Order: sequence, then C-alpha cells, then structure tokens
Amino acid sequence: MTAVTLRGRLPGRLQTALGENGALLGLVAIVVVMSLLSGNFLTVTNLLNVGVQAAVTAILAFGSTFVIVTAGIDLSVGAVAALAAVVLAWSAGSAGLPWPIALIIGLAVGVVAGLLNGVLVSFGKLPPFIATLATQGVGRGLALVISAGSPIILPGAVSHLGDTIGSYLPVPVIVMLVMGVITAFLLSRTYSGRAMYAIGGNEEAARLSGIKINRQKLVTYALSGLFAAIAGIVLASRLDSAQPDAATGYELDAIAAVVIGGASLSGGKGRAFGTFVGALILATLRNGLNLLSVSSFWQEVVIGVVIALAVLIDSLRQRNAA
Amino acid sequence: MKITKPAFVGAAALAVAVTAAACSSSSSSASASASGTSGGSGITVGVTISTLNNPYFVQFKNGVQAEASKLGVNATVTDANNDASQQADQVQNFVSQGDKAIIINPVDSSAAAPSVTLASRSHIPVISADRGVTGATVTQTVASDNVTGGKLAAQQLGKLLGGKGKIIVLEGTPGTSAANDREKGFTEGIAEFPGIQVVAQQSANFDRTDALNVTTNLYQAHPDINGVFAANDEMGLGAVKALGAKAGHQIKVVAFDGTPDGLQAVQAGQINVDIAQQPNLLGQLAVEAAVQAAKGHKVPVNNAIPVKIATAANVKQFLSAS
Repeated sequence: MTAVTLRGRLPGRLQTALGENGALLGLVAIVVVMSLLSGNFLTVTNLLNVGVQAAVTAILAFGSTFVIVTAGIDLSVGAVAALAAVVLAWSAGSAGLPWPIALIIGLAVGVVAGLLNGVLVSFGKLPPFIATLATQGVGRGLALVISAGSPIILPGAVSHLGDTIGSYLPVPVIVMLVMGVITAFLLSRTYSGRAMYAIGGNEEAARLSGIKINRQKLVTYALSGLFAAIAGIVLASRLDSAQPDAATGYELDAIAAVVIGGASLSGGKGRAFGTFVGALILATLRNGLNLLSVSSFWQEVVIGVVIALAVLIDSLRQRNAA
Repeated sequence: MKITKPAFVGAAALAVAVTAAACSSSSSSASASASGTSGGSGITVGVTISTLNNPYFVQFKNGVQAEASKLGVNATVTDANNDASQQADQVQNFVSQGDKAIIINPVDSSAAAPSVTLASRSHIPVISADRGVTGATVTQTVASDNVTGGKLAAQQLGKLLGGKGKIIVLEGTPGTSAANDREKGFTEGIAEFPGIQVVAQQSANFDRTDALNVTTNLYQAHPDINGVFAANDEMGLGAVKALGAKAGHQIKVVAFDGTPDGLQAVQAGQINVDIAQQPNLLGQLAVEAAVQAAKGHKVPVNNAIPVKIATAANVKQFLSAS
C-alpha cells in the first residue's frame, strides 16, 4: 500500500525495498548478460557512454516522474526540450544576448510551457493527455518557426555542457545525477512532493485534506517543463547545435523509463531512483544491442517488448494488491 | 522470496534480447558480430547512415557491404533514423568498440562535428560520405559533385521549358551539405535562363510524403507552374503523385539521385530528367578509403564522384546497371 505521509521510515522497509528495487535487479541481470555476450560492454569507456546516452532520457524522465506520480502524463517534454534549446541558441546568436541570459531564457521557456500545461489541466480541466498533446504541437511548431527549420549553433560556453572533464567525467552524466538527487529530494522531503503523491493516490481525499490541488498541479507541470528544458540544453550541447526536430518521440522513452522504474500510470507511486534505473535499462539495452550489431529495427522490437512487459506486470500487481 | 515484477522484466528482456541477437546475426549477410574477428584483415569499420528509409541510402549500404566483403573487412552498419543524437551515440559506440575506421553519412553536417572530433582524438580516421561535415576535419569527404549536379539539373529544366516559364523548387533537409550544394548549383544554373521564374522554393526534407504535401499546397497557390525541380528522387516521386497526370507532360519534372524508383518514373514518362548519382559506387569508394586510411595510407581529402544524366532516351542502360 502506498504510504502518503510516511516515506522511507516504515518498518518492514526491506519488503518495500525489494519490491521497488526490483528494477535494479533487472538492470543488473541485463548488464551481466550483455557483458557475457560482448567483450566490449563492460569497459569503463562503454559504461560511461551508456551514462551519457541515458542522460537526456533520464532528465526528461525525472521531470515526468513528478507528473506521473500525480496520475497525469506529459507528452510535451520532447517538444519543450527542443524549443528551449532553440530559444537559447537563437537568443545567444541572432539576438546577441550574453550566454547566461540566453540560458535563463531557455530555462524560462521550459517553465512557461509547463505552466501552460498546468493551467490547461487544473483550471481548464482538460485531461493531461490532451493538454500536453496540444502543447507538444505548439512547442514543436514554435521551435521550427524560430529556427526557420534549420539547426542553430549553440554558444561555445553552453556547449561545454556536452564535454567530458578529464577523460572520465562526462558532464551530461554529472547533470543527470544532480537532477536525480534534486528529484528525490523534491519528492520525499518537500510539501509539494508529498502533495503529488496525495493527488495521485486519491485526488478527492487530497483536496478534502486541504491540499490546494490546482496550485500543486501547476508546480508539478512547471517542474516537468523545467526539467525538459534542461534535458534539451544538454542534448543540444552534445551536438554543438540546437536542432528544431531534436528529441522527437523522447517523451515516450521518458514515460517508459518512469514506468519500468516502478511508477504506476494511475498515480501515487514512483521514485527518482526507480526512474533512474528505468532510464539506465533503456540505455543499456540500446547500447548493448548496438555493440552486438543487432539491427536497429530489432532494437525497437526489444524495447517495445520490455515496456509492454513492465506495464503488464505493473497492472497485474495492482490487481493483486491489497 | 517471490519473483516480483522487475526481476521478471529483466529476465524477459534478456530472453528477447538474446533471441534478437541470435536472429540478427544468423540472418545478416555482411554485418559482423562485435566479439571476435572473422575477417581476413581483422579490420572493423563502423558505418552510420542517416536513414535507411530511402532507397538511395539502401544502395549506398549495398555498395559498402559488397566492398567490405570483397576486401575481407567487417563493416557494422547502423541506421541513425534521421536523429543527429542517435548518430552521435552510434559513433561513440564505434569508438569505444575499437573500430579501425568510421564512415559517417551525417544526419546534419554541423551536428556531426563533435562526433568527428571524438573519433579524431582516438586517432580513428573518419570518412564522410554523401554529405560533408562542417566544423571538424574528416580524413576524406566522398560525395557526388552536388554543385555541378544542381547546375546540370537547372540546364536540363531550362532546356525542357524552352527558356521560359514558372517553376517550383523542392529543397532537401536544411543543414545538409547535399541540400545546400544542390540548391547553390541549381540557383547558379537557372540564373542563365532569365525567362524562368522560381515562384516558390520550400524544403520537403528529402522525403516523399513531405513532398506530396508541399507540392499539393504549392500547386494550389500557383496552378500555372510549368516545371518542378526536386533535389532528390523521393521528393520528385512525391511531387509526381501530387501533380497526377500532368507530371512529366504539361509540368516538367527534374529530379536528382537515380534510384530505381526514380528511374522507373523516367521510363514511365512522369519524370523527365533524373540527375543520377552512383550511390553503390559511393559506398564502395567510402569503404576503400576507410580501409586505406585505417592501414595508415594517405587518402585524398576530397573525392567528388561525377553524376550522370538519365532521360527517357538512355534510362534503359541505367536500369540494367543498377
């Protein structure tokens, strides 16, 4: 049973830990088999590659965790990621603003998009699927309009976010870990975090217990938008340019990562660590299958099967839950 | 301890992954498995193609694989799905796998730069095929002479229209050197026909469906056009679909690429002139250069492959050759 007010201090924590860390067991199993199948998998370079390749999806997924915990969904994160990067690049380039200002504007774009989602969902009472689908279209369209369909070069200072410090510390991995810690903190140690679980678990009960639902939903979606902006900027920095069609379809990977990690689409469940593991599972599968020269067409099949299984087992567990 | 969700998910994912790996390696022809060397010279070349959803690049891939098996090297071919960051991931994997050379067909010419820099740092030669890389130096760029090709296309269209009329231009994916070079060549060439007016110029992303939609819309806006230049066969075929019975007759169509579908359309009279590239040859030359560079020999920095002109008169010899 999800405990809304007591997180992480329950007796019998071991039981919960095993159940919720099962994603970790799955990841370990995949790593073991991949290293047996391919000699190149378990090298430091490759594992760091996996980290970098997981980073963007993980950051998007951390933002989506907030939304999914409230029983919502955010389909616009991919488009917002691209839009934020395009706005940043345009501000620093054509508009000639200094890069710190451009960076803040890029992040603000994410927040504004998130707030728009929040307003549509809470005050407009639109289903989150529809609201975020609309924002996705607007976001992607604006990214194309501002960039006139062409990629824009990022200012040099910002593209350092894609670098590797020394030979072993890729900055995207550091950003991913920092965002993960922030997510865990927000979910478990702040009022808004607890409110998210309450809203997802039982919205009516949450409302009756005094939580301002509309305000908390605004916070939730704004966070999702902000994280999407950060993910978009990290993605663009790997390519030294903001691509208007970047991150197309990444929202589905983000949702998959959250669900594989143990969250439930009907809300009330989900942890930052689970999402992190979910994102790693997706990246490890893709990386491992690449190393094994499995055609990219089969890779899509494998990823699809994994997602289907994760959700299937989650719904089976829901039906069996007390 | 009961086996709950994620351990099960992990095990199932592995089962699928292993099956996919087995299926893929048993059914693939020239692509190799990463573990162990089977080729005569033990050289592995990593090849990342922008998209295999285009018969032009499928022919390129065929040329690559044919030359690779002729020379006894392993060529791992991956599909970047027109996603620049997926391509960056693929190059990263090639580098950590220890490939001796990399052939890249960039999704975006400037987004490929960081990947090329990464490979250069590991002293892995990079051959850029069909499109160039801007912002980083590759060992060799092997591509058709797209500027001359664009100019030839303009001359052919000018001749077909008798030096006067209204035309629309369908451009390729913005940001690729192929699109830029063909557009540059075409504009130079069409300037020699002052009686011809370009009433509309839009990108259809080298894609057939995009071109169908764009041409339908442009034709609505300019129903009196006399000719169309499509910067590749896929777009040309989309335009043919949109123009219906008028394609090739009242409205002259000039395309670029020389893919089997395009050549069929020339034979059927729907496309008047097709500037034929030699994608199969391109693939072969790319592998040849990659292997030479991997062995430490010098290769020319630029290898421009000439294009040929296919019309209804000589199309038969193109069809029998491909």
